[in-house]
Amino acid sequence: MYTCIHVSLKNAKSLICDLLQNSEDIRCKCICPPYRDIEGQIYKQNVSLKDCNCLHVVEPMPVDGKDVEAYCLRCECKFEERSSATIKVTIIMYLSILGLLLLYMVYLTLLEPMLKRRLFGHSQLIQSDDDVGDQQPFANAHNVLSHSHSRPNMLNKVEHAQQRWRRQVQEQRKSVFDRHVVLS
Amino acid sequence: ISPAELASTPTEEPNGSGHLMDFLDEPFPDVGTYEDFHTIDWLREKSRDTDRHRKITSKSKESLWELIKSLLDAWSGWVVMLLIGLLSGTLAGVIDLAVDWMTDLKEGVCLTAFWYSHEQCCWTSNETTFDDRDKCPQWQKWAELMTGHAEGAGAYVLNYLLYVMWALLFSFLAVSLVRVFAPYACGSGIPEIKTILSGFIIRGYLGKWTLLIKTVTLVLAVSSGLSLGKEGPLVHVACCCGNLFCSLFSKYSKNEGKRREVLSAAAAAGVSVAFGAPIGGVLFSLEEVSYYFPLKTLWRSFFAALVAAFTLRAINPFGNSRLVLFYVEYHTPWYMAELVPFILLGVFGGLWGTLFIRANIAWCRRRKTTLLGKYPVLEVIAVTGITAVLAFPNPYTRRSTSELISELFNDCGALESSQLCDYVNNPNMSRPVDDIPDRPAGPGVYNALWQLALALVFKIVITIFTFGMKIPSGLFIPSMAVGAIAGRIVGIAVEQMAYHHHDWLIFKNWCRPGADCVTPGLYAMVGAAACLGEPRRPQKRSSPLLRQSRPEKRSRKKGLNGTSREESTPPTLATDERGPRGKAPLWAFLTQDPTRVEELEALIKDTDYKGFRVVISRESERFMGFVQGRDLPLAIRKSPFKQDGVVSSSVVYFTEDAPLLPPTNPQPLKLRRILNLSPFTVTDHTPMETVVDIFRKLGLRQCLVTRSGRLLGIITKKDVLRHMAQMMNQDPESIMFN
Repeated sequence: MYTCIHVSLKNAKSLICDLLQNSEDIRCKCICPPYRDIEGQIYKQNVSLKDCNCLHVVEPMPVDGKDVEAYCLRCECKFEERSSATIKVTIIMYLSILGLLLLYMVYLTLLEPMLKRRLFGHSQLIQSDDDVGDQQPFANAHNVLSHSHSRPNMLNKVEHAQQRWRRQVQEQRKSVFDRHVVLS
Repeated sequence: ISPAELASTPTEEPNGSGHLMDFLDEPFPDVGTYEDFHTIDWLREKSRDTDRHRKITSKSKESLWELIKSLLDAWSGWVVMLLIGLLSGTLAGVIDLAVDWMTDLKEGVCLTAFWYSHEQCCWTSNETTFDDRDKCPQWQKWAELMTGHAEGAGAYVLNYLLYVMWALLFSFLAVSLVRVFAPYACGSGIPEIKTILSGFIIRGYLGKWTLLIKTVTLVLAVSSGLSLGKEGPLVHVACCCGNLFCSLFSKYSKNEGKRREVLSAAAAAGVSVAFGAPIGGVLFSLEEVSYYFPLKTLWRSFFAALVAAFTLRAINPFGNSRLVLFYVEYHTPWYMAELVPFILLGVFGGLWGTLFIRANIAWCRRRKTTLLGKYPVLEVIAVTGITAVLAFPNPYTRRSTSELISELFNDCGALESSQLCDYVNNPNMSRPVDDIPDRPAGPGVYNALWQLALALVFKIVITIFTFGMKIPSGLFIPSMAVGAIAGRIVGIAVEQMAYHHHDWLIFKNWCRPGADCVTPGLYAMVGAAACLGEPRRPQKRSSPLLRQSRPEKRSRKKGLNGTSREESTPPTLATDERGPRGKAPLWAFLTQDPTRVEELEALIKDTDYKGFRVVISRESERFMGFVQGRDLPLAIRKSPFKQDGVVSSSVVYFTEDAPLLPPTNPQPLKLRRILNLSPFTVTDHTPMETVVDIFRKLGLRQCLVTRSGRLLGIITKKDVLRHMAQMMNQDPESIMFN
């Protein structure tokens, strides 16, 4: 059970209330099989664990009087709870990470070669032998960048680290995808 | 890797600015580290750790601060386990929730809150009926959403189309991400982790990018409906977490042997979250994955597995405080006569395993050698397309494999209303829910039977082509599915036979009419267990690169009984040249007499030896010690930063005290610390079985061979492997080396 945090701003209060307090996150689910001429039914209610039995949840009771006990014996009641906030946060976080990765992938594969080509011109991009079978001109970009190496400031360091990472990935890609030595 | 490549390792110029950003600089390899795709020296790591521990213990007596530091060092192991458990559990929970949602996304969407899966969306609704437990107006299939019609041929075709399109989209994203960011994230990961744990180095296999990409693409791959599971990759994810936290403590980051203890425990945590079974995880790590498993690691693994399981429980992905989807209880005992169908299921499991292994290896070989291997992205898309197109019509293959297995394990009580439980009920039945006697099967059950048979054939065939593609894939769940389907079919067959022919001799003593006799769900579980045990022999499909690091596995199966004493001399003489076979057997050695740095550098540049012996002098050739080939250039190159004044013409010495030199000479370079003064030696009369035993039990990489006190040659791990390959009539040249 979560209590609602009282915040002064009305909008923020309702938002936090929605996020934290969700009485719909618990339920008691009773499954009752067919009995005589009554067909099978499922009953759900937001009750706590102590009230999770046939008498409290099955409403309206389809049988009356003496049959209630026989009917209830066949029913199975289970208490379940979930955390809708966790589900919401997890899915949204996952989608945002996936989106970021996709954007970065699009940038690496499509935009960056285009930008580099426009900045440095065609003449400086020499295809090396290593790039046969690999469409991304990673190695060239490293050579091109080293021409413009002025002094070791942070941007250049990030660039160098990125180039190093790309070379590692290229090596991995060669051994896994091209030569099939690792991971068959 | 030749020393020439080592020489090209970029060294950063020492700059005074930007110390905060030093982590972006390339880490300069330290003396005593290992090259990529080489094995570690277990003995060296163990002795280093003992030294470190001794130092800390002796220093702890000095002051309170040192005592606290020694306590922190002792506790760091448990802290690492805690962190691994927390992160593995969290990631497993995220993966479970995301897979749940994305699998349902192929069929429809929740209108009230798009992040809910089908079951979660209908959680509070009151419109669910007994027969259709998942139906509610808040969750709509795509056809209903787009056109407004829920039934009809048009709606079916539209649903079909969208299902296939979503599946293709997910798998395309998965393979693209793997290809661009982390190619090591494909496959299951367990064979490679076994290799790493036995002492092999694969740089980047347990890296941060691999961790991220594996987590993200695993969700995509499983959600796309392909016939693969997520249990194997979860072990890889957990080991990546283990590697990540190792780097926090120098006790583990600098010592490869200790790191592997942590990775063993991390593997246990991975299996623990995959199945919700901490003890199962520890046993898996102990039996399957680990090479070196001391008792301390047993407790630490259990701790990590428990923490991971509790974290997963806290995230509660399945909404009812269970950890795994397969939670079943059977109330009827089984009878001895049921052993016959159980044995049949076991035989089926073995047959399926053989078929799968042979077919999969043949297909993987085809992938390696032909054009198929050049188009991994297209291959993934094609296989996904075929899988989705064939899986949609059959309701048992349309849903996720875990749900299928869970339904097959389920015992059919009165509360179930699925097609599989469509038995003819006695309307006057008054038994309680669990003890329903055997009933004749209704038409729904027969319908389900032939659909399940089709599903079985489909799954067997498609898994052969799915496993080995360049996306994260596990083999546990598809194997269990095949076994569960087969088991359920057999169980229903036995059940109906027992009901209709209860007067036969075998059933008469066992099945009384009116009593619960056969539980088909139990047969499904037995079938799943039978099929799970078989295909997990991945060493056979791994490349030779992996084979070479596990010599003990081979020799345990086939002893070296073939070797006799006469063979003891040739193995050592043939291997006294290092490097590729057939090269001129030049012995390069360093003497204790002073040499200059530039002479050493010339020696390293001209030759590509992996090791050098150090002798007293060229004349006496009395053996002093051994220097690893990798350490020598590193030590020379690193020295200018440590001792000023060392230049090319400096003298190099291996003795304890510097040689007497005139004061005009530049500072001499002491290289005693890279000298191994106690390398392992055998004589040339040592029988080959003993040599193999020594390599296996001690985890050696090389062993020196002496004769009459003089150093004769060296025998390395690869030579031993080649010898064993020859013993088993395999091609010794297939053992690869860099």
